[in-house]
Amino acid sequence: MSERTFGDTILAVKNISLSFGVMKVLDNISFDIKQGEIRSIIGPNGAGKSSMLNVINGFYHPQEGSITFKGETRKRMAPHAAASHGIARTFQNIALFKGMSTLDNIMTGRNLKMKTNIFWQALHIGPARREELENREAAERIIDFLDIQAIRKKPVGKLPYGLQKRVELGRALAAEPELLLLDEPMAGMNSEEKEDMSRFIIDVNDEFGTTIALIEHDMGVVMDLSDRVVVLDYGKQLADGLPDEVRSNQAVIDAYLGVPHE
Amino acid sequence: MPTWGFRMSEVTFFIEVALSGLMAGVMYSLVALGFVLIFKASGIFNFAQGVMALFAALTLVGFMEKFGMPAWLAIIGTIAVMIALAWLIEKLMLRHLVNQEPIILFMATIGLAYVLEGIGDIVWGSDVKVLDIGIPQGASDYMLDNFNIYIEKLEIFAAATAGILVVFLAIFFQKTRIGRALRAVADDHQAALSVGISLRTIWVIVWSVSGIVALVAGIMWGSKSGVQFSLSLIALKALPVLILGGFTSVPGAIIGGMIIGVGEKVAEVYLGPFVGGAIENWFAYMLALAFLLFRPQGLFGERIIERV
Repeated sequence: MSERTFGDTILAVKNISLSFGVMKVLDNISFDIKQGEIRSIIGPNGAGKSSMLNVINGFYHPQEGSITFKGETRKRMAPHAAASHGIARTFQNIALFKGMSTLDNIMTGRNLKMKTNIFWQALHIGPARREELENREAAERIIDFLDIQAIRKKPVGKLPYGLQKRVELGRALAAEPELLLLDEPMAGMNSEEKEDMSRFIIDVNDEFGTTIALIEHDMGVVMDLSDRVVVLDYGKQLADGLPDEVRSNQAVIDAYLGVPHE
Repeated sequence: MPTWGFRMSEVTFFIEVALSGLMAGVMYSLVALGFVLIFKASGIFNFAQGVMALFAALTLVGFMEKFGMPAWLAIIGTIAVMIALAWLIEKLMLRHLVNQEPIILFMATIGLAYVLEGIGDIVWGSDVKVLDIGIPQGASDYMLDNFNIYIEKLEIFAAATAGILVVFLAIFFQKTRIGRALRAVADDHQAALSVGISLRTIWVIVWSVSGIVALVAGIMWGSKSGVQFSLSLIALKALPVLILGGFTSVPGAIIGGMIIGVGEKVAEVYLGPFVGGAIENWFAYMLALAFLLFRPQGLFGERIIERV
């Protein structure tokens, strides 16, 4: 693999602490993500990985710390601001619109790209119709990219799990995000499906230059894909560095295995 | 030789009964439609839907009588009032109840029903008002001359309006960004937020649309039997319609209303004499009960598919 180079820092979280009542979910977490990077967040169950993503896209509001995205520093993010500034995401437990078709799900990802107001939309003529067609083309390109033409019109609630994950990725991509947050995109997949998903993640990063923050449990996948890895355990930051550094970090090994590595 | 012995006049009489039931059913459908819209987009059972129809009709009559507005201007004015109302409901009620249990939101809409009824009473008075916006009245001569069937012009007009409304809403829901956003919000709040859909905007839109549907229902009922406070009771008839058609289906609301309308009229006329009449009052509820037992999602409601 050739040497990968990255741009400036696109996202930096600094001293983030988040608690629900007496439970401290995140404790003083700081890391950054560079433009074009694939950045993994790993850790045992309950480490606070998903909470971290929820802080980044504004579902959770941390009590302390700051989030700097594209040069703008905030105490907290709002979901709408996150989406409109170029952050898209997928969810650990698939959160698709189950009653809708694959195509419609992906079209919702274009939501912020479409601007015509409700009056044109209500009449379904003129600018609204043209806009609908343009965005439809963009959605079809994503469908081609993810190789899901066969299920375009199927309601997603009836699709097998692996395909649902793929549609969810499609919906996130439809927003043409600058930063893509993937929460366990390969959970529950067989090895073939995992390979497909890995390939899509690499292609997205390569072809569109999308920066990716990835939560994943499969260490093989994480070590293959990631440029840098941050490790959380019980809300605390254990390590941050290149995959090889993290792999040989004693604290990380202990957290994962509970015993010293041989 | 045995014959069925139907005479032409009996057949026409049956058609007449069924048709008048059908038209009454369309009226129920119009109210049910407002329920479906709000339920679809927010999972809230809006107890105030019937009162919204009353409130809209009262406002319309008020604008025409007290301010002497022509019908078209009064309708535009009332639409503006219904949109403002939706905005207020979001700001004062829904916003503060995000992530609450459905039952709590339902209770809030009961409160809303009383508030709206009170405001309507204070502002426009509680006497029965005549609503005439120029919808043709009386029997349709065309139907009477050609088919010997008695049917009110108003009822034909109401049916046509309901039909147009449904086509319009279906396209709006299926083919536009906002329609997709509405369905998205109904399916999954978090996912909707993550693609940049604003829940608040969606709620204002959906309550506005259902306010406008309530206005249409209010106009039809008001033209038929005057604008009076018992109008809010038709909301009760919309309930069996919803159970029949499914809470989430726009076509379901329409067809459910028609089935109940026809069913209760036919039952009243043909079975009524054997049980002492008044079937019309309970038929809808019995039918709803049967549906609850055997097909709780209704005719067109979405069966919730859960993958385990």
